[in-house]
Amino acid sequence: MSDDELIWRIAGGSGDGIDSTSQNFAKALMRSGLDVFTHRHYPSRIRGGHTYVEIRAADHEVQSRGDGYNFLLALGDSFARNPQEEAFYGNEEIKPLSENLDDMREGGVIVYDEGLLSEEDVAELDLEKRAEENDWHVYPLDLRSLAREHGREVMRNTAGVGATAALLEMDLEHIEDLMEDAMGGEVLEANLEILHEAYETVRDEYDFTHDLRAPSGEHEREQALLSGSNAIAYGAIDAGCRFIAGYPMTPWTDVFTILSQNFPDMGGIAEQVEDEIAAAALALGASHAGAKAMSGSSGGGFALMSEPLGLAEMTETPLVLVEAMRAGPSTGMPTKPEQGDLEHVLYTSQGDSSRVVFAPGNVAEAYDQTRMAFHVAYEYQIPVIVIYDQKLSGENTNVDVSFFDREPEPTLGSTLTEEELREAAHDASGKFQRFQHDVEDGVSPRSLPGQKDGRYLATGNEHSPVGHISEDPDNRVYQMERRLEKLEAIREELDEEHDSQQTYFGDETADFGIVTWGSSQGAVEEAVARLNEQGHSVKGVGVSDMMPFPEAEMTEFLESVDEAMIVEMNATAQFRGLMQKELGRYGEKLSSLLKYNGEPFEPAEIVEGYELNVDGADEEPTAQVRIEPAAGD
Amino acid sequence: MSAFNAIGEDREIDRDEFTPGVEPQPTWCPGCGDFGVLKALKQALPELGLTPDEVLTVTGIGCSGKLNSYLDTYGFHTIHGRSLPVARAAKLANDGLEVIAAGGDGDGYGIGGNHFIHTARENHDMTYIVFNNEVFGLTKGQTSPTSPKGHKSKTQPHGSAKSPLRPLSTSLNAGATYVARTAAVNPNQAKEIIKEAIEHDGFAHVDFLTQCPTWNKDARQYVPYVDVQESEDYDFDVHDRREAAEMMFETESALYEGTVLTGRYYVNEDRPSYQEEKQKLGDVPDEPLAERYFDDDYEWERSYDLLERHK
Ligand SMILES: Cc1ncc(C[n+]2csc(CCOP(=O)(O)OP(=O)(O)O)c2C)c(N)n1
Ligand code: SF4
Repeated sequence: MSDDELIWRIAGGSGDGIDSTSQNFAKALMRSGLDVFTHRHYPSRIRGGHTYVEIRAADHEVQSRGDGYNFLLALGDSFARNPQEEAFYGNEEIKPLSENLDDMREGGVIVYDEGLLSEEDVAELDLEKRAEENDWHVYPLDLRSLAREHGREVMRNTAGVGATAALLEMDLEHIEDLMEDAMGGEVLEANLEILHEAYETVRDEYDFTHDLRAPSGEHEREQALLSGSNAIAYGAIDAGCRFIAGYPMTPWTDVFTILSQNFPDMGGIAEQVEDEIAAAALALGASHAGAKAMSGSSGGGFALMSEPLGLAEMTETPLVLVEAMRAGPSTGMPTKPEQGDLEHVLYTSQGDSSRVVFAPGNVAEAYDQTRMAFHVAYEYQIPVIVIYDQKLSGENTNVDVSFFDREPEPTLGSTLTEEELREAAHDASGKFQRFQHDVEDGVSPRSLPGQKDGRYLATGNEHSPVGHISEDPDNRVYQMERRLEKLEAIREELDEEHDSQQTYFGDETADFGIVTWGSSQGAVEEAVARLNEQGHSVKGVGVSDMMPFPEAEMTEFLESVDEAMIVEMNATAQFRGLMQKELGRYGEKLSSLLKYNGEPFEPAEIVEGYELNVDGADEEPTAQVRIEPAAGD
Repeated sequence: MSAFNAIGEDREIDRDEFTPGVEPQPTWCPGCGDFGVLKALKQALPELGLTPDEVLTVTGIGCSGKLNSYLDTYGFHTIHGRSLPVARAAKLANDGLEVIAAGGDGDGYGIGGNHFIHTARENHDMTYIVFNNEVFGLTKGQTSPTSPKGHKSKTQPHGSAKSPLRPLSTSLNAGATYVARTAAVNPNQAKEIIKEAIEHDGFAHVDFLTQCPTWNKDARQYVPYVDVQESEDYDFDVHDRREAAEMMFETESALYEGTVLTGRYYVNEDRPSYQEEKQKLGDVPDEPLAERYFDDDYEWERSYDLLERHK
């Protein structure tokens, strides 16, 4: 594990400003020319409770949180100190230090707040001995007093950042700039004072025993730091979406919030409504009336959307839904990632229902595939779901600003203008043959209420070409086949006219493949690179198209390898099941590496999984992951 | 050229335009009260100068939900209980549309009860007609939220232990600004009430008593009825919330045994509609959102312009 990278972990109580501090620090690292990746761990509570954020920074691309970390800033949980009567905080002040030692790398640096963590508690940790064994370098600092002296106690985060900068020999310039952007007046002054004081105290008064320094790098072009949720929201904006309806549920709330904050200023409409059934139904209603609309939720809320989803399909109303997975079943672990809703999203809703499902693997893909979702939904008049998870939702990575410099695509797809409607086919009563136009792809152009000559009935019942309820067997077969044909047409377009949405990496000639989907992609990509560096020959693919499934591409990939290991964050190997269902074979080639403890994969776990797979070791992997052997093993 | 030329179109409109030219013929049972709603709408819409292309009727599921199969406007026959969220979003996306939602008592007061309360609360500018036949029609006569206490059905063989919901009071309490009850057996009043409801700027709720001769034979056919506005016995100010509430209470208690009262119960012209409230906050665009997608000159904002705070 190379130390040409910094993995900085800031730990404290939730509600203590850990998030904003880390966000700023990550930006400062990005501005200094490094690539960054953030990972946020948080308990399902608003205040108190131990939490941390990790920032990985290197002079090369970083695609995952990495393995372990090498700098800990343990701030102390202020909410653990003042329990209110009858309130349960249940946290010891020491947790930000004690809970975080296991993953600390050899040679790592620890700064803790002497002002908040009591001496006895620290003594109990046997810190000295452990530090010696692991070559850790420990710097106790009274950050709390320092903050109090120049401002307020909450500013101890700033003191911690100042100390960090000194220990890593970083410039304060970017940190100062960011502070100036974020605050003003006395607060800014106090913070700047604390920052400098901490920096100088540490620089001048401490003997550094550690080797770790901030890496240095340079970006050719300007960077932006954003999360998967940001990317989805921005993809929607650039696709011309201007209507969102939702109901809060973690982690979907992020996308919902970002769009709710931006739409009013863009002449769009955002609606927080009474429940998720309403949310999906509103998006549907707006889309029916001629707006580009979306809704979304997380597992439980998405379950409520199952019926409107089917209605969108039957009435061929364009609809984009976002499903932000978290660990289930039921309310599960609200703030923990899992890739456990795949089957839910693929198959929910009654009948031979079909929809399009994309699972982006990183921030850039989240943007691209959201745009694609709108394109497909409005062109083919079919519901499209973008499925991602709590991990991708919250992690921040730097992306080239120029990546977002693209033209908006505000078209309503296969919707006719009034002129076109006048020419279109009508039945004897003058009604528009809305569900008739049988062009090759099954798509039947639509009209919008308020247009002349476009009148029809949209109904969730089986219907005739003008939309009248019909149980005529021939019509049923015709309509059903027409709707199902769309998936094939979409597959064709995805295959032919666009670059593949799948991401390939590793050694093209390898005969061992690793297959993954969604947010596990980054860690797998790193693991594959690492394995190849170590002299193995491995290739990988991050699959994004869940439905329609990229049958040709995956066949080609699986034909080219002797064995493939499928990596996903769930206990029942849902994606592997999908592959086998879609491809109908390769069972004996496919094994699974599964993780479902609420934490995302680290690259080392995948490397370990590979080794166990290839060497056929019969011991279980050390991390909380499970190997599911190939069928027939 | 606008993308929605039917909106605001000014011409003589023939009533027959609202009748589908070829099919389908209504499948309602002979004597069903639903015919009364259909008739009232077919009369009211042309009298208001509305063309079939500018009206969007959104229905739920049930016998009542088939209304827009037999009424030739733009229509969306949705799913059980969900007509309101679909309808109000269509109105938000294109304010120029005349949006009318309709459905049964099971649909609107049962499965869609939550949407009913919230749509009234928000005071969306639209009309909501509930076909109240005190029974689930299409699924063959089960007890509905407005069935009287003791109502026997196949799923409540010993009779219902529940008191009926009070729809008028519920919508008044939730925030509706026009609340009326009319009946299929009173066609003249029904047409007038529907016209008023459509013209009202805000959420207009019409509880429309529709007899179901097939499953609710025991129920009174809502005759004789008394028009509360016409009768001297009922003197109250429809603009006074408290008086309206009292009247509703009386009516709703009497529905199952006493005299059937119909008419306007509450009209509030002062409260701005949801659209107006949102417009004041700058939360809905001045021009219908739906128009923008046809405007080649519109300058679409891009996410690129939002990146400043991510740098
Ligand atoms: C989610 C769901 N649950 C149940 C049904 C079955 N269903 C169809 S119509 C209906 C009752 C309709 O009763 P009401 O709204 O009073 O309308 P009416 O038929 O009396 O006009 C029910 C329960 C359904 N279609 N969808
Ligand atoms: S079952 Fe009742 S509500 Fe339905 S059509 Fe027949 S009479 Fe009307």
